[in-house]
Amino acid sequence: MSWAETLRAAVEAIRAHRLRSTLTMLGIVIGISSVILTVGLGEGAQQEVEDQISALGSNLLIVSPGSTTDSAGQRGGFGSASTLTVADADAIADDTVAPDVAAVAPTTSANVSLVTGETNWTTSLVGTTTSWVDVRARDLSSGRFFSQTEVDEAADVAVLGADTVTELFPTGSPVGQTVTVNGSPLTVIGVLASSGSTSSGASEDDQAVLPISTAQLVTGSSGTSVSTVYVEAADADRLSAAYQEVHALLLTNHGVEAADADFTIATQESLVETANATNETMTVLLAGVAAISLLVGGIGVMNIMLVSVTERIREIGLRKALGATPNAIGRQFLVEASVLGLTGGLVGVAVGAIGSQTLPALIDQPVSLSPVATAGAIGTALALGIGFGVYPAGRAARLTPIDALRSD
Amino acid sequence: MSNPTSAPSRNPVIELDEVRKTYRSGTIEFEALRGVDVTIDEGEYVAVVGPSGSGKSTLMNLLGCLDTPTSGAYRLAGEDVSTMSETELAEVRNRRIGFVFQQFHLLPSKSAWRNVELPLVYAGVPRAERRDRARAALTRVGLEERLDNRPGELSGGQQQRVAVARALVTEPSLILADEPTGNLDSSSSADVMTLLDELHDAGRTIVLITHDLEVAERAQRNVVIRDGRITDDVATGAGLDVAGGAR
Repeated sequence: MSWAETLRAAVEAIRAHRLRSTLTMLGIVIGISSVILTVGLGEGAQQEVEDQISALGSNLLIVSPGSTTDSAGQRGGFGSASTLTVADADAIADDTVAPDVAAVAPTTSANVSLVTGETNWTTSLVGTTTSWVDVRARDLSSGRFFSQTEVDEAADVAVLGADTVTELFPTGSPVGQTVTVNGSPLTVIGVLASSGSTSSGASEDDQAVLPISTAQLVTGSSGTSVSTVYVEAADADRLSAAYQEVHALLLTNHGVEAADADFTIATQESLVETANATNETMTVLLAGVAAISLLVGGIGVMNIMLVSVTERIREIGLRKALGATPNAIGRQFLVEASVLGLTGGLVGVAVGAIGSQTLPALIDQPVSLSPVATAGAIGTALALGIGFGVYPAGRAARLTPIDALRSD
Repeated sequence: MSNPTSAPSRNPVIELDEVRKTYRSGTIEFEALRGVDVTIDEGEYVAVVGPSGSGKSTLMNLLGCLDTPTSGAYRLAGEDVSTMSETELAEVRNRRIGFVFQQFHLLPSKSAWRNVELPLVYAGVPRAERRDRARAALTRVGLEERLDNRPGELSGGQQQRVAVARALVTEPSLILADEPTGNLDSSSSADVMTLLDELHDAGRTIVLITHDLEVAERAQRNVVIRDGRITDDVATGAGLDVAGGAR
């Protein structure tokens, strides 16, 4: 019996037991589609993080306080200390000390409630200087950003993110309106254009940006410490030069050795790497769970094939009496299991592809369809069919024709 | 009409020589065949008769190459099949033997011609030729109108005729019929028996296994088996036809 005949017979047998074949394939379909979706979710999340980080602005260095060693010799973690000050930012801005630095924006941050009339919205408050809008590569959709004079005078002004505006001023233009923060009324002078990132969580589009002096007054923080200093290099080629200059300058200003640095300078690249490492762990975990469901699907195929061998014992006996060799019978069942596996895999890929199109709308998470995962999933499904088909096929091949024919 | 007195051609299809078959179940041994010698020549129409438990079914399994003897030799069309492997036996069954079973054993999901072509599939015959030969065989049994009907759409007699067509399609050396009328009413039985008569007249070698003496009477020769031994081997025919039937 040729392979083509065997394949034809397998397809006929599968179609003759449509319901059972469908149920058998269901396990494989679910396994394959969940593998594709989890891998897709992982890759989508990774892509999103990369987009968010690149949306921070170009040629950016992010200086954070931290990595301090206290008197007891204990090392604090990233962001655990307030060792960065406005003075540090001013020093970095000096063209003669750091010629490769184009602009500097020290920022403070706090969580506050904004109140307009009866509406109350909790968001993050960012205190910064005029260069922030350039360093972070942001645009304004209406109004204007605050001026140096307003920073100097600690003017009662605020620039709001696009989503913040939607929450606080659902109708009408916010520019010229007043929002109250901790009892201090502030005039809205501008609205930031949406950053375009579809991020969930702390959004770049949901924040209130104030002059750093005003922010300190409003939040009641008297000190000069800042939470982050954004440094923009003059261009991409001078990013590492800028890194060296900022690093050396801060070490000198803080009077510490490189080993005891009480600050951390991150580049976009290093942020992406950190974020991806986390994402990868999640993806591997989820894919592991999906792989287990695939295994269960494979065992389902074996189970059904064994039932099928028992149920078709007379057919097997007859075929043997008519001249089917043990090999031909074994091959028939093996090919049947493989066709089940492969078909389940293809349907699973289709379900996964549809899911990757519809899921982002439902859970606000991007899903990317990976060609490698897709090809791997189809291969796995076929391998499952073959792997779990071997045992039932062997059982069918070993049946003796007399016993098989006599069973009624 | 066949003529039982004409000299049979001396070409043995079946030669059993001191064949024994012992079944073992744990420590218990059961000797189903205790030394059977029989020779059946080409063109013969033989009925193997015996009560149940006589070893009839065991003999049928051995003759059909569905099982191998414990000792003794079995030559089918000159080939010693008693020591063959499973795979070799499958090929011999395919080439040499056409089976007709009591329960018909047709595949319910396949049409008549697809059932008939099945042995040819395992013989490696190309599809177009299989179709032609299956159609010819079904025409031979009078079912040329029923090529595309499934077994469920056919009467019992018609189903058994499809099974006979399937047994014929490979042009086997031997047609082995195991209680072919056991599941049929009397008119369908008569149909099938007439068909076997016709095949015999056309020169086929037929071995019929039955416990029904009336059916056995239709054959040319009766081999009686009892307790694993052949106890009688007689020619039937007009002279012996106590029922006074057609033959």
